[in-house]
Amino acid sequence: MTLETGAFWGLAAVLLASSLAVVLTRNLFHSVLYLAVAIVATGGVFLLLDAAFLFGVQLLLYAGGVVTIVVFAIMLTERLVGEGIGQTSRYLINGAVVSVAVFVGVLLFVGQAPLPAARRPLGADVTRALGELLLTRYVLAFELLAVLLVTALLGALYLARTDE
Amino acid sequence: MLPGSYYTGLSAVLFVIGVTGVLVRRNPLVIFMSIEVMLNAANLALVGFGAQFGTADGQVLVFFGMTVAAAEVAVGLAIIMAIFRLRRRLSVDDLSAMRW
Repeated sequence: MTLETGAFWGLAAVLLASSLAVVLTRNLFHSVLYLAVAIVATGGVFLLLDAAFLFGVQLLLYAGGVVTIVVFAIMLTERLVGEGIGQTSRYLINGAVVSVAVFVGVLLFVGQAPLPAARRPLGADVTRALGELLLTRYVLAFELLAVLLVTALLGALYLARTDE
Repeated sequence: MLPGSYYTGLSAVLFVIGVTGVLVRRNPLVIFMSIEVMLNAANLALVGFGAQFGTADGQVLVFFGMTVAAAEVAVGLAIIMAIFRLRRRLSVDDLSAMRW
């Protein structure tokens, strides 16, 4: 299992570095690119956890869709405002205190949870199990998601219309 | 097999990075990307828990989370663009009309 360990630490390093870069870079455009790296690295961790289907969805939906939309948004706002967008921070110390508190809270909460010590192996065909669960136990949520997507589409179109 | 706590810990650190971004940064687009980092961390935790229990339920929840994130991106960016068009300002500190 040294392969899994090595892959995990490599992906974790890339993931942490790129996520930090998303938050810390001054150049907005660079932060989107780092976000793309972080998203692909998360997909890699999904692969380690036997979630090949989610890896595909992650690449298509996040790296392909979300990142593209954010790139468009940044380019459009730069045109609207007519200058390069720099960025500044505020409340650095308060933010650090709250973040550390959230981190400790999350760790304490997860530490209490009754989790199995060793990982249990997933079934042979995870994608099949995923599809069956989606259309049986979670079918109501699945249908509601379709409604949510249509609503979001209409809402985005409404908000993005030009004033005429 | 690595113990699941590795994945949970990684996800906790990522989530906190996202929280810091939301709290500290002033550009709405960066705050937005920090929210994406937090959603990503939550998805990672869900896949990790699902793998720990050996069921696909965690992955179903991640699927839902991704869809909600996509909807959130569409509406959120449309709102940000509309605000930019009206105000031509770039800091969330200027958007205090709904503050009490």
